[in-house]
Amino acid sequence: MTELDTHLEQVGGLKSARRGLFRLGAAGALAAGFGRAVRAESGLPAQDWGSGIGAAVADVTYGMPPKDESDMQRRLVPWLTGDQTSSISFTPLQYQTGIITPSGVFFERYHNGMVQANKRDTRLMIHGLVDRPLIFTFEDILRMPSETHVHFLECAANGGMEWRGAQLNSLQYTHGMVACAEWVGVKLSTLLEQTGLKKEGKWLLAEGSDGSHLTRSIPIEKALDDCMVVYGQNGESLRHEQGYPIRLIVPGWQGNMNVKWLRRLKIGDKPWFTHEETSKYTELRADGKAYGFTWPIYAKSVITFPCPEMHVKGPGVYEVRGFAWSGLGKIKQVDVSFDGGVNYTRARLDGPVQPKCFTRFTCEWRWDGKPALLQSRAIDETGFVQPTIAELRAMRGSNGVYNNNSIQTWEVKADGSVNNVQLA
Amino acid sequence: MSSSRKLLALVAAGLFSSAAAHAAEPSLGLGQTATPEQIAAWNIDARPDGVGLPEGKGSVSDGDDAYQENCAMCHGTFGEGGKYPRLAGEGKLTGDRPEQTVGSFWPYSVTLFDFINRAMPYPAPHSLPPEKVYAITAYILNQNNLVGDDFVADKNSLPKVKMPNEGGFIWKDPRPDTHDSDCMKNCRPVASVKISTTAEGSRVTPRTTGPLDTDIPQ
Ligand code: HEC
Repeated sequence: MTELDTHLEQVGGLKSARRGLFRLGAAGALAAGFGRAVRAESGLPAQDWGSGIGAAVADVTYGMPPKDESDMQRRLVPWLTGDQTSSISFTPLQYQTGIITPSGVFFERYHNGMVQANKRDTRLMIHGLVDRPLIFTFEDILRMPSETHVHFLECAANGGMEWRGAQLNSLQYTHGMVACAEWVGVKLSTLLEQTGLKKEGKWLLAEGSDGSHLTRSIPIEKALDDCMVVYGQNGESLRHEQGYPIRLIVPGWQGNMNVKWLRRLKIGDKPWFTHEETSKYTELRADGKAYGFTWPIYAKSVITFPCPEMHVKGPGVYEVRGFAWSGLGKIKQVDVSFDGGVNYTRARLDGPVQPKCFTRFTCEWRWDGKPALLQSRAIDETGFVQPTIAELRAMRGSNGVYNNNSIQTWEVKADGSVNNVQLA
Repeated sequence: MSSSRKLLALVAAGLFSSAAAHAAEPSLGLGQTATPEQIAAWNIDARPDGVGLPEGKGSVSDGDDAYQENCAMCHGTFGEGGKYPRLAGEGKLTGDRPEQTVGSFWPYSVTLFDFINRAMPYPAPHSLPPEKVYAITAYILNQNNLVGDDFVADKNSLPKVKMPNEGGFIWKDPRPDTHDSDCMKNCRPVASVKISTTAEGSRVTPRTTGPLDTDIPQ
């Protein structure tokens, strides 16, 4: 079955479910009469949905979000790229309630469109400076010892449109090139044990099977430390958008290295200086020099409520919420400021605190209704403190695209609206 | 010690020779030996020093023809770009709008061959024979004034083409290059808190509710 067929079937399923509801609702209304009038007098909402039978099980065989949540969508910035098959879409972080990004809205990045690879024809070749060059089928990989890890994945260009100043009035577009998922698969070290490694083997080249045949060089220490070849994401197989059936996960490092539709790993003695690590994913400084191989994502955080998409409604108590993450390990601390960084309050870290993973934070806010400047500042277990955009610019200029991990400032106006601003 | 740490330790100690690998590492017995033919079929990467470049050769003038046929519709007749990336130009890397082109920015000539060979032409990636990829590579280098009109690219000549910006990269991660403090109270003077830029009213921001915005201009 093609993806389109699947989609049509789902839409069809939804429609028949709605028709069913409609029939039941009409019958329910006939029977309800009196009880409904009483409820109206109470001033409580009628809650029509309780006056009849709901839909049957398996009316919808793969559930979709409620209709009222239909704004939870990946979206794109049309002017950003000339072609939407070589482009990026953004995670709707403003609606993400927990640390796991639902697979259907996990941001996408393609260099030659999203291909629909299959398990049957997938092969993983490992060769180069190894003792035994091997080719694995998907079945082989599935039979190997497996592990589960929850990791964020962030495009190095996240926030890249904000280097020259506040530009996009939206959390989704300033921060949505990041997402977090539970990944299941095989440690790269397990795979490399099968081939053996020659001692001159210091680098690994990972290559995808899609049209871009994207390649990245990864130091062998990282490959053996925590990299994985994964097939599971959030309780099911990878989505096509994420490289089905197998992709590489390079925990905490630039998203681009997490090669999708993986087909080849080659061990070498030097890096390859591929297109993706020279022309792209390098950082141009103001003086014309560029940084390369800036792999890990440094500590970063953002407030997801309030944000430009999620306003506040009048003075009173609110819970400021957000996510923090670091490619160097665990988040140790998140501080929230309401006055543009003059004073900070320690936020509560909520839920599991895992390395190279979203950590949720919350902080109570009693808003007096006056304009405020909200910020969050993450500190990771290495002691690294998330920088201000001013500090970052002082070090790197504003000609770069990548590795903007600056503190985000949200301006809350007296009317409760929220804007993306930068401070001098 | 986990098996991955063990492997890492062996690598670090330089002890992970073939013999040690065979002795120390139990094999799961999964996977098939990759034959030389199979490896050759997928082993397409080429490195700056030329390792991995295939046989064959191509000239600037052959490249002109092949480029016009396969690439110009997207990248422009002379590589000037447009909707798609610009490929030629001696743009500067400093100032307000730096231009990162093959000629101004790319550190290694072989990367150009490797990328065209694996990923271009965009609608039919990896479809051109090595001769054409060599020729087109020669043509683009020529458009960037990096080789003469009589240049012929092959596995020996191409790695010798030195790119002007080879020395322009710092391959060692400078971070942490910022040193913000974890100050909690009175971290900066209240008067210094000024909004320098705002995205309020931004017209380049697509909507985040309702149908997808697909044609908002910059
Ligand atoms: C249909 C339009 C199209 C055609 C035809 C095409 N390209 Fe491309 N080219 C692209 C796109 C899109 C990208 C960006 C790809 C990405 O996201 O990695 C690109 C990127 C490139 C780059 C990298 C530019 C940079 O600065 O990083 C080079 C070099 C290139 N193309 C060369 C070629 C050559 C040579 C041909 C002909 C053999 C060709 N292209 C044909 C669309 C095209």
